[in-house]
Amino acid sequence: MISQTPTEVTGPTSTSSRVTRVLGFLALVSLGVLVLFGLILSPPDASQGEAVRIMYIHVPSATVAYLGCFLTTIGSIVYLWRKSQWWELVAYAGAEVATLFTVITLVTGMLWGRPTWGVYWVWDARLTSTAMLLLLLLGYLAVRRLPADYEVRAKRAAIVGLLLVPNVMIVRKSVDWWRTLHQKPTLLANGLDSKIEGLMLFSLFTGFIAISLVFGWLIVHRFRLAWLEEQVESEGLDLAIAERRAEALVGEVAP
Amino acid sequence: MDAVDPNSFSGPSADPSAGALSGDGVSGDGVTEQRVVHLRGAVALLGRFPALAGVDLDINRRRIVLLRGPNGAGKTTLLRTLAGLVHVSEGEAVVLGVDLLTDRRSVRQRVGLLAHTTGLYDELTVADNVSFWSRAARADRSDVDAAMARLGLDGRLRTVPVGRLSAGQRRRTSLACLIARRPELWLLDEPHAGLDQEGRDLVDQLLREATDAGATVILSSHELDRSLQLADEVVTLSGGVATRDS
Amino acid sequence: MIHDAFLVAGKDLRLEWRSRVALNQVAPFALLVLVLFAFALDPDRGLLEKATPGLYWVAVLFSGLLALQRSFSIESADGNRDALRLSGLDPAGIFLGKVMAVGVQLLALEILLGIGVAVLYTTPITGWILLLVTAMVATVAIAAAGTLYGVVAAGLRVRETLLPLLLLPVLAPVLIGSTRAFEAALGGTPSEGWPWVGLMGVIAVLYIVAGVFGFGPLMEES
Repeated sequence: MISQTPTEVTGPTSTSSRVTRVLGFLALVSLGVLVLFGLILSPPDASQGEAVRIMYIHVPSATVAYLGCFLTTIGSIVYLWRKSQWWELVAYAGAEVATLFTVITLVTGMLWGRPTWGVYWVWDARLTSTAMLLLLLLGYLAVRRLPADYEVRAKRAAIVGLLLVPNVMIVRKSVDWWRTLHQKPTLLANGLDSKIEGLMLFSLFTGFIAISLVFGWLIVHRFRLAWLEEQVESEGLDLAIAERRAEALVGEVAP
Repeated sequence: MDAVDPNSFSGPSADPSAGALSGDGVSGDGVTEQRVVHLRGAVALLGRFPALAGVDLDINRRRIVLLRGPNGAGKTTLLRTLAGLVHVSEGEAVVLGVDLLTDRRSVRQRVGLLAHTTGLYDELTVADNVSFWSRAARADRSDVDAAMARLGLDGRLRTVPVGRLSAGQRRRTSLACLIARRPELWLLDEPHAGLDQEGRDLVDQLLREATDAGATVILSSHELDRSLQLADEVVTLSGGVATRDS
Repeated sequence: MIHDAFLVAGKDLRLEWRSRVALNQVAPFALLVLVLFAFALDPDRGLLEKATPGLYWVAVLFSGLLALQRSFSIESADGNRDALRLSGLDPAGIFLGKVMAVGVQLLALEILLGIGVAVLYTTPITGWILLLVTAMVATVAIAAAGTLYGVVAAGLRVRETLLPLLLLPVLAPVLIGSTRAFEAALGGTPSEGWPWVGLMGVIAVLYIVAGVFGFGPLMEES
């Protein structure tokens, strides 16, 4: 859905197109199916009870959050390498949407933790590294949204974005080691892996599809919005040059 | 012209045997060894503001060119553009045979820019500053000492932190950094500002020596009486475009 | 590149030596942090002794942040970026030079804090080699990452607030690693510390490579 076709390189002219209308429709339908299966048709889990339903949102959200980070790093690399504004905006859109899904992951994780662990927060390896991921993304966005010229913001953000995935990997690794030296990662120990089957598995599958479609729809729209914003800003260069030259006529009067 | 006074620091480090140039290098539209600056419709943006709105300018070697124009006319931007600091987004721009649209870096080491801002480190002494910037440009150590002496920065002044200098002394320090590099193209943004009578005379003398040794000088100045006397050519900049006075 | 690196490092250290900001402000701050930890964690209950490695590295990180801010505030004078671009210095050389200068200052801080910890907290040491190698590798990692993010934030009005936001999450693995390695070296089993040294080595190499290639583009804007 975000693959680069020749027409898109020249840039969109509106945030809406037939493809994204279909994409948005499919996202809504799949969300409806997810609600049906996730909240109504699938059974409660033997050990976790009703709390297991949070997983159908939580796990897909975490996955697409990482996907957004990859988009940011890839976009940043291509921007630095080929000065492609198209890819710079893909990187920006990726980071913003990834931030949204990281927050959803954290909130759902904490809501799941309350009934399961009895507290909202434990220093679980995955939860901790997700919190670090959010901080890394906020750092990127802080640079990207600096009150400065586009070139300045874009180039500095691209260096941060380039290092985003390596940083995420290193942070994850270190947090995993840090926890596993002391205790087993709780999420894994209380495990979901072995017990998923039947309708629960189908619900999780539906969750992946629905969240991926929402992710794609958000990326495309965020990208188009950013693109159009930049177009508006860079329009009128010819006019600006003409105005600048007109100053010369005034200046001629003075020696 | 090849007999450069050894005590002069004005000559470019690599003098491309000017005497060997045959014919009139200025004819035609192309870039010759005689032509140091060649701009055609050059546009330079500061953010989204076209500070240079299509400048046409040709300057030959060993000339002293005065840029004049009202505040905000683009004089500083033009000098920074020629130094390879500002990106040229449209038009043609060739400086010292280097196309600025494709390569801005290699021209930088060959020009000397005296800007309003000094770039000096306030907490380091005069000698430390001149020595750091000159060694960065791979200047000879003997040139560094001689440059400081030439600008009157010897004796007690050498060990004074730059932060405690007067504006005129700072300017002298910047000039010492500049002449120790022996640039081929001198770009001076109001070099007379802040200097005393003796200092201004010294600047003029340095510029004449520089052109005698084969360098080219472009300066902006509001001291028109002094500069008109010095300059071979005058270019008026206004509204981001240049016109040549005959 | 190496010539330029030593030139820049020499300039930075000379400037530090002349202005004595690191000596007069950063070093006392680092010791102050140690004393504050003792106030916060009651020294009699053995908490302080157990937490020593972590407190040590938090103190290094915070005082190192001050040294980094200082390293970029000296380059923030008007026209300094232009002067560096015109200077003929290799951007990679500038980066490595600043990393070296910051690294030397960090090492000096670490030695000072080490003496402070030994005197104030009385902690036994079992693995000297691990201790020293950990300090070296962590220092390179902090200096390299700090210098790269320092230039990302450089020249902006928001520099002082942006640098900690960018740098501290990235240095979290270095804090974890150096703390665990120090725990192993201070009364633990030293062999448990070496994987962490390896992880920090990866971080150090990553940031040196990123800085060598990224510093040029970052200096070129406008």
